Amino acid sequence: MKSNKTTVIVLLIIVLLIAIVPLFALKGAEFGGSDDAGSQMVAEITGTEYEPWFTPVLETMIGGELPGEVESLLFCLQTGIGVGIIAYGFGYLVARKKYKTTKA
Amino acid sequence: MRTKSERRIFLASVTAAVALGTAATASAMHIMEGYLPVSHCLIWGVICLPFLVLGLMSIRRTVSDHRKSLLLLAMSGAFIFVISSLKIPSVTGSCSHMTGTGLAAILFGPFAVSILGIIVLLFQAILLAHGGLTSLGANTFSMAIAGPIVSFLLYQLGKKLNLNRKVNVFIAAALGDLFTYCVTSIQLAVAYPSATGGVMASAVKFLGVFAPTQLPLAVIEGILTVIIIMGMESYAKPELKEIGFIGEGI
Repeated sequence: MKSNKTTVIVLLIIVLLIAIVPLFALKGAEFGGSDDAGSQMVAEITGTEYEPWFTPVLETMIGGELPGEVESLLFCLQTGIGVGIIAYGFGYLVARKKYKTTKA
Repeated sequence: MRTKSERRIFLASVTAAVALGTAATASAMHIMEGYLPVSHCLIWGVICLPFLVLGLMSIRRTVSDHRKSLLLLAMSGAFIFVISSLKIPSVTGSCSHMTGTGLAAILFGPFAVSILGIIVLLFQAILLAHGGLTSLGANTFSMAIAGPIVSFLLYQLGKKLNLNRKVNVFIAAALGDLFTYCVTSIQLAVAYPSATGGVMASAVKFLGVFAPTQLPLAVIEGILTVIIIMGMESYAKPELKEIGFIGEGI
């Protein structure tokens, strides 16, 4: 059990390093989405700025691009839903194991 | 294994896919809304159809036969939700996010993931203008079908080779993630063949954009999947046994 814990901690540190180091290593980089890089590549290959033939439903409905703050809200919502379910699951499982030991 | 009616539905979906696929004469990560020609959107959507049907059956079987493991299925789905919402800066100076589909593919097989994945893609396409409804078929194929199948096969192979389970999970999840991006590159390349080198030259170009960004993220995805699996191994043994993830002996 103990060694498992150490492994998890070491792994988490590696994850954090991979995620954070580029932020400091590449000062001034834009960190745009790679989806956008994809659209730039499309423009490069076809030679012209590509005009998407369909705009996202939501953008049509609100008549413009989604405001950055609202977008991060929705991304947070997505993360929150996910984390909630995972945390519920692990909470349930951990407690079950904890209180079952006396029977077994 | 499958009941008769299920087999019939599956066959019908395959026939529909083949028929529709031939009828449509064809002229990233998530492919952007409106970036694929209409014919491509339709074809990718049609290709996904049989997989989604298989996915529904697979999930239904899990629900009816392995009720207890439902919690794990929900957690695997939630894992995709979390992982694919995290945009992480990468060495190339741009951000990308992971797929998170490896976990569910390893635990429940590749087909169940198609359903979990399409839920996430719909959420992002409708609310976040990320990916898109028109490119939903193509994105579903790359993220929720092709990647998970690779993860699943790699994991099975690793099991045969008696690989350490953690290493095996790591490789399967990380490479499944990378493969998703390879498929996306090819999908874009088919839609935008380069004038000089054709589809291949274009695929290499797209891969050049996605691969270096995605490589470190694939490593992160592999590690996170291992951590979740470790957690489940210590606390959810009965469920894992039920779905055959770990043998009875352990």
